[in-house]
Amino acid sequence: MSRSGEVASLSPPMTRQGQFCGVFCPVDGAEGAGLGLDACRGRGRSSGGGTDDRLTETSQPTRKVQIRESRGKEALQNLDHRSDRLLIKGAKIVNDDQSFCADVYMEDGLIKQIGENLIVPGGVKTIDAHGRTLMPGGIDVHTRFQMPDRGMTSADDFYHGTKAALAGGTTMIIDHVVPEPGASLLSSFEQWREWADSKSCCDYSLHMDITEWHRGLQDEMETLVKDHGVNSFLVYLVYKDLFQLTDSQVYEVFSVIRDLGAVAQVHAENGDIVAEEQRRILSQGITGPEGHVLSRPEEVEAEAVNRSVTVANQTNCPLYVTKVMSKSAADVIAQARKRGTVVYGEPISASLGTDGSHYWSKNWAKAAAFVTSPPLSPDPTTPDYLNSLLSCGDLQVTGSAHCPFNTAQRAVGKDDFTLIPEGVNGTEERLALIWDKCVVTGKMDENQFVAVTSTNAAKIFNLYPRKGRVAVGSDADLVLWDPDLTHIISAKSHNSTVEYNIFEGTEVRGGPLVVISQGKIVLEEGTLHVTEGTGRYIPRKPFPDYVYKRIKARSRLAELRGVPRGLYDGPVCDVTVTPKVMTPVSSTKTSPAKQANQANQPSRNLHQSGFSLSGAQVDDNIPRRNTSRVVAPPGGRANITTLG
Amino acid sequence: MAERRENRDIADEHDLPVYLARPGTADQVPRQKYGGLFSSVRDAFDGKSIDFDALSVGQSTPRSARRETGRGARSPASDSCWSSPGVERRAERVAVEKRAERSLEAALERSMETRSRRDKETLQYLEQTSERLLIKGGRIVNDDQSFHADIYMEDGHIKQIGDNLIVPGGVKTVEANGKMVIPGGIDIHTHLQMPYRGTATVDDFGQGTKAALAGGTTMIVDHVIPEPGCSLVEAFDQWRQWADDKSCCDYSLHVDITHWNDSVQQEVDALIKEKGVNSFQVYMAYKDYYQMTNSELYEVFTFLAERGGIAQVHAENGEIIAEEQARMLQMGITGPEGHVLSRPEELEAEAVFRAVTIASQTNCPLYVTRVMSKSAADIISLARKKGNVVFGEPIAASLGTDGTHYWSKNWAKAASFVTSPPLSPDPTTPDYLHTLLSSGDLSVTGSAHCTFSVAQKAIGKDDFTQIPEGVNGVEERMALIWDKAVTTGKMDENMFVAVTSTNAAKILNLYPRKGRIAVGSDADLVIWDTDAVRTVTAKTHNSAAEYNIFEGLELRGAPQVVVCQGKIVLEDGNLHTSSGVGRFIPCSPYPDFAYKRIKARKQLAVLKAVPRGMYDGPVSEYSLSRGGTPSASARSSPTKQPVRNLHHSGFTLSGPSIPEDLPIRPAGRRITVPPGGRSNITSLS
Repeated sequence: MSRSGEVASLSPPMTRQGQFCGVFCPVDGAEGAGLGLDACRGRGRSSGGGTDDRLTETSQPTRKVQIRESRGKEALQNLDHRSDRLLIKGAKIVNDDQSFCADVYMEDGLIKQIGENLIVPGGVKTIDAHGRTLMPGGIDVHTRFQMPDRGMTSADDFYHGTKAALAGGTTMIIDHVVPEPGASLLSSFEQWREWADSKSCCDYSLHMDITEWHRGLQDEMETLVKDHGVNSFLVYLVYKDLFQLTDSQVYEVFSVIRDLGAVAQVHAENGDIVAEEQRRILSQGITGPEGHVLSRPEEVEAEAVNRSVTVANQTNCPLYVTKVMSKSAADVIAQARKRGTVVYGEPISASLGTDGSHYWSKNWAKAAAFVTSPPLSPDPTTPDYLNSLLSCGDLQVTGSAHCPFNTAQRAVGKDDFTLIPEGVNGTEERLALIWDKCVVTGKMDENQFVAVTSTNAAKIFNLYPRKGRVAVGSDADLVLWDPDLTHIISAKSHNSTVEYNIFEGTEVRGGPLVVISQGKIVLEEGTLHVTEGTGRYIPRKPFPDYVYKRIKARSRLAELRGVPRGLYDGPVCDVTVTPKVMTPVSSTKTSPAKQANQANQPSRNLHQSGFSLSGAQVDDNIPRRNTSRVVAPPGGRANITTLG
Repeated sequence: MAERRENRDIADEHDLPVYLARPGTADQVPRQKYGGLFSSVRDAFDGKSIDFDALSVGQSTPRSARRETGRGARSPASDSCWSSPGVERRAERVAVEKRAERSLEAALERSMETRSRRDKETLQYLEQTSERLLIKGGRIVNDDQSFHADIYMEDGHIKQIGDNLIVPGGVKTVEANGKMVIPGGIDIHTHLQMPYRGTATVDDFGQGTKAALAGGTTMIVDHVIPEPGCSLVEAFDQWRQWADDKSCCDYSLHVDITHWNDSVQQEVDALIKEKGVNSFQVYMAYKDYYQMTNSELYEVFTFLAERGGIAQVHAENGEIIAEEQARMLQMGITGPEGHVLSRPEELEAEAVFRAVTIASQTNCPLYVTRVMSKSAADIISLARKKGNVVFGEPIAASLGTDGTHYWSKNWAKAASFVTSPPLSPDPTTPDYLHTLLSSGDLSVTGSAHCTFSVAQKAIGKDDFTQIPEGVNGVEERMALIWDKAVTTGKMDENMFVAVTSTNAAKILNLYPRKGRIAVGSDADLVIWDTDAVRTVTAKTHNSAAEYNIFEGLELRGAPQVVVCQGKIVLEDGNLHTSSGVGRFIPCSPYPDFAYKRIKARKQLAVLKAVPRGMYDGPVSEYSLSRGGTPSASARSSPTKQPVRNLHHSGFTLSGPSIPEDLPIRPAGRRITVPPGGRSNITSLS
């Protein structure tokens, strides 16, 4: 089991003296923080938690053990107690805030010690990093493994998907639960848990998509947040008549999300316009994949981003825009951030690594492989632009939206691009792509790289510092990164099951040398040792500090007051009651902003009575007036009818 | 074409003094050769009277009668500058011919030299000389240049411009003494006599246009608001009737589309083709009432783009407003401050952004009415930078005051500011909007004049959502902009003319009949006194409302003389208006100002499919129970079964036409057939 020698031989050792001063101070601090770390974790996790304790988190611990026994190498790792103990020597630890050289000792899937000359038990497996970069494992915030679509299922299930993720240096994924409209959120959630628990090779968590909206869903959302560790919900502004919500519904969902302390995610495209454009494009006889991008111009994406930012601002709800695919959408997010909106943007591997010119490929299957929504921008300068915004912090996290379909599945839409199942690959390529396009080119440094691939995601979804940081007490999800590695992405060698890779032929510099997930080595010398079903569900608590500190402060400030005025005692024009049917209130079931001061609420429902308020009832208001407004102003009751 | 005039026009004629009613009614047939879109501009510089009726699509107006005078003087070859000597020569000839034509009249005129100032108005209508007017020594200010010249007007048209004009005797002369003479203002957005829940705004077409004239505005464009479900044409006729009865100045009409279906579409078509309406407003606010969905907006815009109309939007996100209103009321906020609190400026900006997006998709010119906030103005200005054809209209209220008054302790005062979108509580907004107006990012100004009395506003005394919306501003508009933009040095006098008059005329396709001082244009002029200082107050204003939202504002600059339809209507502070003289000015579609670019883009925006071989690989089974994108698939999925069908030939047919110059396609190389022949699609590359 000693492969460290080979690893060590790959590059000359790096001197550590230069980074000595101050380098270990935060490490000591991190050690102290490790105690509090368990408190930050998901529900029901005790501080002394070892492997066994964790396994109870997952739904089927027994099955896992069976699987492990059934496989040769993995079984060995599990049988051998020392295999859970791992020491990485001489690594340059890169967090999002700083880099320093230290050794890392891991046990039971947790980082136990960081520092020099660590005292470790004997028989520990040791990797000599020789000064290579050791980073927190990547977190892919957006995957759609095993996603059902019209009776089909996306080609990569949780096993193949997480395997590909690990191969690329990603040690945690957050998948989307897509309930059928009309289905229960909870049962869909359980369904996804079951799929993932039985197949996932790395830790995972789940976002919940809100595919329809009615009042009853609010309770389910609350249950998910409080009992199931879901703290993010996605709404769709697109897929008209299927998933799409109206602005009013989005407003209500966001209000509920804000109250629950979750993060509102949005798939931002204007579904109404897309539907009209699709009709127009089809009527022009364009049925190939190029119709997909023609019917979804990037403006339509930017418009929806702008709209969701507006709704989020109104509801004081943190917003997370998934799949930022175009320059203009990214610009809208950047501008909103400058204005102070709490909004996060997630470009995906596809938008960072390739462009939409391939939709015009003569090879139908190749063109169809690029179909995703929002589409890749035909503007070839888009990836570069998004990488720049990612580097400067205007975009914060990266996902992959990994949801590939194989060619036979895509061919469902061979005569009508609107039927092509949507989704591209990218979970495996994500880290290397960003490293190649951003770090190698000097757009960002290694710390920012860690931030956008891992740390920011952990912070937004309240996994930090358990995930997204190399620190004592954090999970032992690490990547030993080799910046000198180069390889050419190809469908022949990738771990996904689909025939096409949208990054086909792209040469990327940088790649994971060793990947450690849950304290075990899963990638070494390009060899994957993954075990189906070892992935644990990681519950996430609501009210992530990174997001909600500002939101909370704002909600305190945002109290509105009426103006105390004298009673209007002038003439009132007679109105006919019939014509204005205009209902200013969206619906009776709605108005989620009920948290607003109930005490101050007048006993009489004013907006209900507003309609019956005709001249005949002018004096109705006098006895029932809200007390605060009847108070005479200091200068005596104002005579309202005076002019001036 | 002989029936172009409607019965009501004739009826109106009877209301006028008999000597005013179309002296040359017999000469009705317009010349067909000037039907082209671009002829209007060429003629404008011709030094000739323009036959506007030949350009108008809809019914004619009384002005058509007076065409006989300029006809003889038309010379085909001409240069385009009135300051050239050629123009003067021509002007001389015009005058000579005219004198010959009208020797009899001239003789009559000579005998009427004495006129008393006191009953001038009476005299104007009694004497034909009153139709002739000479403004001497003025500095003519158009949107492009300023120059000194005299202006001679006759029969409501500008006949001559130049120095030492030869004019008939007995002409009334106004000495301008070097003051500015500008084209009369065009208030592109009014709601006069708007019905509201059984009542109507206090300023009807008589009162409202009187106020407009008092402020130097000689034309208004009102909004026709049909009740949802009612006929657009009927509503239009109703408004025509109201306005024809009472209007003191020329007017035109926008029609608001408050609901959308096929019959409305036909009516819109009819309005454009027969009634002389070229601008239609849609609402993105007023949920469950006027509000349209994005899909409807898309359809309306598409249709208007085809027919050459201008799409106007009232831009606010109605859905969020409804939610916010409910929230405010729940919190116990029922006063006018709730109005602005429930309509934050972001919602306006969001809707503007959305409208811009849809307009851009449909390649339709967009006109945003009532730009009230900085952020909305910013969106417009950004969109213009990106190349969208979009015009923004700040109104007098947003340019002159801010929304802090919503918190006034005086309910009636606070309520008088209620309009939608609301005035921004940010006090720097007016200044900002003036800056954008000066830089050209915002194009035109209106007033959205829609006044209600305090008693009417009090309908909403216990619920701000019930307060009727609208503010005054038609009278103050010109002076406000002059004071805030020109005297502060933000814009020059030419830009002032552009934003108050010329741009509006261009958008409405009335240019150069309106919005320019040129030979052949309508005699709607204002002599502007830059030194006058006035204080706006409800005590002296011409509106019938009890409150003026600009109360106490001191404004430099005011109209000294206002000439409307060739008659002096304001002089020495005295208004001489008469109800019913206002004519409906039909607007023709495809205004160059907006549509030249649209047309060019339309030609470019042809999409082509990629010719591909047939996919012959395996196809996955899938259930149709849930369509991926049902809206499209439901009605337009071309094939239901994987059998080869005609739809495939769509690709093969377009195969030969693989032009390299396809605009949308990113790179030509991908279209060309690869060297090894057409690739087999199922092969993995």
